[in-house]
This record gives sequence, structure tokens and C-alpha cells, in this order.
Amino acid sequence: MKINYCDALVIGGGLAGLRAAVAAQKKGLNTIVLSLVPVKRSHSAAAQGGMQASLGNSKMSDGDNEDLHFADTVKGSDWGCDQVVARMFVHTAPKAIRELASWGVPWSRVKEGSREAVINAKKTTITEDADRHGLITSRDFGGTKKWRTCYTADATGHTMLFGVANEALRNNVDIRDRKEALSIIHENGRCYGAIVRDLITGELEAYVAKGTCIATGGYGRVFKQTTNAVICEGIGAAIALETGIATLGNMEAVQFHPTPIVPSGILLTEGCRGDGGILRDVDGHRFMPDYEPEKKELASRDVVSRRMIEHIRNGKGVPSPYGFHVWLDISILGREHIEKNLRDVQEICQIFNGIDPADEGRKGWAPVLPMQHYSMGGIRTKPTGESQNLNGLFACGEASCWDMHGFNRLGGNSVSETVVAGMIIGNYFADYCLSNDVTIPTSTVQKFLDKQDSYLNEILTYNGTEDIFRIKNRMQNLMDQKVGIFRDGENLKAAVDELEELLKKTKQINVKSKERAGNPELEEAYRVPRMLKVALCVANGALQRTESRGAHYREDYLKRDDANWLNRTLTSWPDENQTLPTISYEALDIMTMELPPAFRGYGAKGMIIEHDLSEKRQAIVDEVTEKLQAEGKDRHEIQHALMPFDLPMNYREKNERAGDL
Amino acid sequence: MSIEKGREITISVLKFNPRSKVSKPHFVEYKLEETPGMTLFIALMKIREEMDADLSFDFVCRAGICGSCGMVVNGKPTLACRTLIANYPTGILQLMPMPAFELIKDLSVNTGKWMDGMSKRVESWIHNDHEVDISKLEDRIDPDVANETFELDRCIECGICVASCGTILMRPNFVGPVGLNRVARFEVDPHDKRTAEDFYELIGDDDGIFGCMSLMACEDHCPKHLPLQNKIAYLRRKLVALR
Repeated sequence: MKINYCDALVIGGGLAGLRAAVAAQKKGLNTIVLSLVPVKRSHSAAAQGGMQASLGNSKMSDGDNEDLHFADTVKGSDWGCDQVVARMFVHTAPKAIRELASWGVPWSRVKEGSREAVINAKKTTITEDADRHGLITSRDFGGTKKWRTCYTADATGHTMLFGVANEALRNNVDIRDRKEALSIIHENGRCYGAIVRDLITGELEAYVAKGTCIATGGYGRVFKQTTNAVICEGIGAAIALETGIATLGNMEAVQFHPTPIVPSGILLTEGCRGDGGILRDVDGHRFMPDYEPEKKELASRDVVSRRMIEHIRNGKGVPSPYGFHVWLDISILGREHIEKNLRDVQEICQIFNGIDPADEGRKGWAPVLPMQHYSMGGIRTKPTGESQNLNGLFACGEASCWDMHGFNRLGGNSVSETVVAGMIIGNYFADYCLSNDVTIPTSTVQKFLDKQDSYLNEILTYNGTEDIFRIKNRMQNLMDQKVGIFRDGENLKAAVDELEELLKKTKQINVKSKERAGNPELEEAYRVPRMLKVALCVANGALQRTESRGAHYREDYLKRDDANWLNRTLTSWPDENQTLPTISYEALDIMTMELPPAFRGYGAKGMIIEHDLSEKRQAIVDEVTEKLQAEGKDRHEIQHALMPFDLPMNYREKNERAGDL
Repeated sequence: MSIEKGREITISVLKFNPRSKVSKPHFVEYKLEETPGMTLFIALMKIREEMDADLSFDFVCRAGICGSCGMVVNGKPTLACRTLIANYPTGILQLMPMPAFELIKDLSVNTGKWMDGMSKRVESWIHNDHEVDISKLEDRIDPDVANETFELDRCIECGICVASCGTILMRPNFVGPVGLNRVARFEVDPHDKRTAEDFYELIGDDDGIFGCMSLMACEDHCPKHLPLQNKIAYLRRKLVALR
């Protein structure tokens, strides 16, 4: 048995994993990153539109600060997030973006003088002040009070990923790609690393570490129609689940993005609407103002996605061989703007659909339809990023339920979370590795390796009639049809039942090639059962949650039910012979919230079943705020009095802004 | 986008597993029906699911952003995910793995290993001793300079320029257009304090900037349309002036 020892093991080489690895390496730890693919090819690269951070440099973001970013994030989450974590996040985001600038991310900058912009379908002139020239600029995104989304044209994730990956190289982080973690090594409630398969040679190895951090991204590929890369299969969450100890949080919280292009599902960034693009129906009518008169196309993603489907159901969709869709019109932004700031969008439309979106009129409209986009759920952690149940197992980024997104994530908050969580959790993770030893016998490691080895051999001996690709496709179609944007009890129950059957059928397949290396079907055969467990957590969590909150929308329970459902779903898999997850709930405490539950400011009104404590807590918050204001305290002191929070390193320092100077 | 029956297409793939004692390089032909908007990503997934579960290839984003799926299609290196079958009037596509990279199996090549070596060789990171206080206002950068850096930072390390490169056939240790572009990117970035002299140390030889024969197939095939020709010429002028 080959055992690789290290101080800190990071599984997943996207933005979150790499940034966490840099944090660990900088604290003197011997750090290894394992990745399915060369790290610069991670799904982080696909983030187009930008990263939220309240710098407040540009005209339209002037006056922005952590408080506004916090409120937008909590409202976006439909009060499902952990408000302490949201505070930790918004406070560190400006630091993250400035750090990335020093690592070479070529953020688009403020240019003094006047320029034309399209706001609410009208040409408007914006004039930037000379004293802001050269600072990092920002664009508009859905669900935000200010223009807060910083960007590098529409390749933000790409430039961030290269910046962080290059920094990892500079710090001599040991990065090993084409490696897949198959299981977590653990004993007596503590994690000691992972059993890993080399995707080139097929060899199994053990990686033993003082601490392990999972940063493997989301589980979008359990759905058919998704913007996610093909590697986003939720395997990191699945192997945490398979420990039987670690829990997953809010797996039913799945975001559907309004504007992937039809039929390929490739995302057209929210920046299209942020920059002034609009949605049109079969008659060419701009319909969003009819439903959301205030925020229009820039309400939160869950709201816009539902309104689009609602409008299609009202008979206003555009027919196509792939079903109905609506149009995204960015031609009104003008060719110059598109060719500078939305070039990748233009390329995607040209290459995959033969459309030039800069062409004026109907010719330039792109067919779009909401599809799965983001996984709010993931490995449930404490604010430090450590699993609530399995010591030494950390998670960050989309793989985790940290939980700053609750039931809906705001555009621009995900790439922002990756690097911010990498900074915060990476440092807590490093501290754990510094103060704990490896105390596991090699015989235990051998036992975990042998188990995976015999599992792979067992798969190759299956001699059934089922086909793993057909099982996977059926799962994905079920998730789209019955666990999608609109959900109800009957369909969810049917989905859970059939997914459970599919999980059983994964043992009745026949893998044609018996090779242990270079055998794509074998890889599907061990991944799909793990994906099905994740899908079962999503579907079952959705079935049990009899309310509508954020992206989780039940047509048979239309209201957000704070009285009964202000909690987080926890799923676990304590016995490997189970065919359904075990579910429990973790309550959210209104009396410690800085922002007690209320109306989000968009979406339908009067759709909340209030909790008794919301009003009570609001009265306390108002009283404390008024009192401290009268005493002349500043916003930082008032915030601290309402809901204190900690951060590692010097991240608690105040963020300087041009507007303060 | 019609819903009529599509034409029959033929996809011929060079299959070979260098780790197998029995495998020999050979072409395998797959015939399938074209569907509207079919890309090589869709076609290859269909082949794997329905005809040959043993066929190896690499895709990640399937949207032309991650650079995983470079392969040689009818003699030209290109991103498979952005290759529309409809653009091939004969309906016959011959696929081969990209040359210059270590072959893993069939269409899968180890670009990651090559790019990692290149990144370390040109020290593909910001060189700056100045400790930045991330709680303070960021350094100001002229918007046009930031944009110029971004333009060169758009490289996705797909390896298509390397697979197109004539020089690398003669000089296997050539840093490649991607490596030279990387140097050009840091040269223009004001955050990086390296001088022309420092860059000369990295690429000032025949395996670097003076090795390029200016055949320029790199720029012809670059899926991101990077200005490789201009940038290589610029670097060469700048570095040759030092000696």
C-alpha cells in the first residue's frame, strides 16, 4: 500500500480549494491538493459575470458597505442563511478582492469621465469622478442595492482561478491532478485523509493528513439540464455522507439560473441583465416589469426563473424543437459594449447557436430557459468550516453548507465565497492541522484502502442487465422533471421512490471492459451510486420541507413558513445498507439574528407565515440601534452589539474605502 | 433547428492505450445520426454511452472556457466542445489526440503536466516584494493597462498553440506560444516588478523567444484569438535589444 503523508490535504482544486491550500502552505504546512482535472480547468473558470465585494469605488456603487452587502445576502437567502457566516463573508470580501488584485487578477478599473450605460432599457450617462480613476470598478447584478459586482469583462472566474493557481505555484503547494478521492479515512469521530484513485494508472493510494478539506464544488450534474461542468457530480459531498458521521445541509436548496442558452445549457452571465439586457416573450414583449415592477429582470435568480416559467405556462413562451423558451435581448446594449464586456457571451451565441447577439432586433435575441446552476446545500460545517460531527474534516466553497446562501444565492456571491471561504476556512483549517497529530495505525488505513479495492473488483463482477449510463440519464431526467423549479408532494414522492429503485439497480449492471485503468464505464459505475445518494438527499429534503423558501418552491405549500420551517435540513447516511438518507433539522435562532425575518422586497407579497419571535427580535434590534446611535456609536459598534463575529488573521480590520477618505 | 431526421455522420477516432501490453494504435469508426446543434461533445458522449464505453476523452466545461478538450479534427487542432458537426459538409470527422503532449489514452492527453512545467519555467506569478495591506485601498491601475493585461490573461492553456507549433517539432523543449504569451502578460502587468533582464534569463535562448520560426499556426488556431504573433515579435525585439 502506498501511503502519502502530509500535514494538510485539500480535495478539489478550484478557487476555494486552492485558496485554502495557499493559507495552509503559508502557515508552514506541507500541503497537497488533489484534483480530478488540471486545476486551471476547474469549474470556477466558468464564473463569468463577477465577484461581489462592497468596495464602493464606482459612481453607481458609491456609499456601499458591508451592511448593505449583508442585508442583500440575507434577503437573497430568504432568511435561510447563517447570519454570522454572512457577516464574516461580507467583511472579508473587500480584502479578498484586493489580495487578488495584488496576485495579478486584472480587475476592470474605474475610468474617469462620462460613459453611456443602459439602465431599465434606457440610455443613461454615468460620470465617474477623477479621484476614483484606476480603482476597481463594479457592475450591477440581481438582488443588490448597489452596483457591487467586480469583474474582468465576462471571464472573471477564469482570471481569478489563474491568479490563485499561480499563487499556489509560487508558494510551492504540491498539486496533483487526475486524482479522485473515493472515501474518507476516519476513526473515532476524526478524519485522517482519503483513499484516492489515480485516474491515469487506476492505482489506489492513501493520503494521510492531520486535517482534510473538501472543496469539490456542487452537485449540479444530478440534474439533466445544468450549467455545471461535467465534473460537478457532488462526489465530495457523497464521500463525506458515506462516512455515516458527517452531515449534509440544505441539500434541497438548488438554484436555477434564468439565462442558460437553449439547448446546450451553457450559461449566459447575469452580467447580461446587470448591464441592461432584458427578457422578451413570444410577442417580443418585455414581461418582467409586469411581474416585478420594482426589480424587473434584476430580482433574485429564484424569482426571475419562476416568473419566466410562469409566463411560459401563461402561453407566452417561444416554441422550439426543445420545448418552450423566452428571449434574452442584449442587442439594446450596443455592439461596442457587447464586444468589450460580453465577448464570451457573444462567442457562445455565435458558436453554439449561430446568433450574433449584437445584431439589432429579433435576429440578435438568444433563446434562454432556467436550468440548474448552483448547489446551496453541501457538507454542513461550523463557521470555522469544520464538520459539525466529524473532527478534522473541513469543507469550503460550493461543496459546503457553511452557510451564507441559505435557500438562494445572489449572483456574484459564489466566486466571492470561494476565495473568502478559502481565506477564512483555510486559516482555521491550517490552525487545526498545526495543533493536531496523525494518530492512526496503518492497519486502519489499509482497511479503508482494501474496502475500496474490493468494491471496484465487486463492480467488475456484476453480471446484471442494467446499464449505468441509462440509470444516470434516468436520474437526471427525474431530477429535472420532479425536483426542479416547481415542486409538489406527489411528484417529489414519486421521485424519491424511483431514485431509491435506481440506487438498488446500480448493483445490477454489467461493466463491459474488466480493466481497472482507463475504463470510463467503471468510473461511472462507482460514481453514479454516490450521485444517487446525493440526489436522494435533495429529493427527500424537498419532499419533507412543506413550505416555499428561496429556490425551494412548493406549489402545494406556497408560503414561506417561518413558524415551522425556519431551520436547516441535515441529511446523513449512518448505515451503508440504507437506501434512503436519515433526516434531522437544525433550528435557526431568531433571537440572535441581526436582521430578523421579514419581506425580501421582491417576489409576491403576503406569502409569509410569521414566527412570533420575528417581531420581538426586531423591536430589540431597533431599540439597541436607536440607543447606540444616540450615544454616537458608529455602524461597526452597533453591528458588534447586535451580533458579534470573529475572523482569523487580521481579517477583522476595518475596510478602507475611497468614500471615507 | 429542425426536428426532421438528421444525416448520418461518421466519426473516426484513433484509439490507443499506451499502458496496455496488447493495445496498438488503430482507427475505429462510429456512425450516428446528427441532431440539431450537435457538437463533438454531444457526439462523443453519445458514442461512449451507446457504442463504446471504453472510449477515453476529456471534457470539463463543454463551453469553450476550460481548455480541456483540445484534439485534432480532420488535421486541425481545435476545441472539441466548440466544434459543430454541421460545419463539416462531408459528415466525416477524423479525430486524433493532440501531438506534443504525453498520451494518456485515445483522445486524452496530459496537457496539465505540460502546462504545469511551463508555468514553473516562466515563473508564471506576480513577482513583487511589496507586502500589500488588504484592508487598505488597492493600488490604482490605469483602466487601459488593466484591460491590456486582461487581454493576454484570457489564455486557457488548452495546448492548441503547442499542438499547432512547427518549432516544437524541432525543439521539444521549446517553451511554446503559450509560455511566451504568459511572459508577455506579466511584462505588461504593473503589479509584476520583473525587468526585461529578468525575462531574458527565463526565455532569452533558442528554446525560448529566439527559437520561434514565426510560422504562426499558433495564432491561426488559438480559440481565444490571442495576438500571439504581435506579442512574440514584441518580446523578441525587446529582448534582443538587451544584448
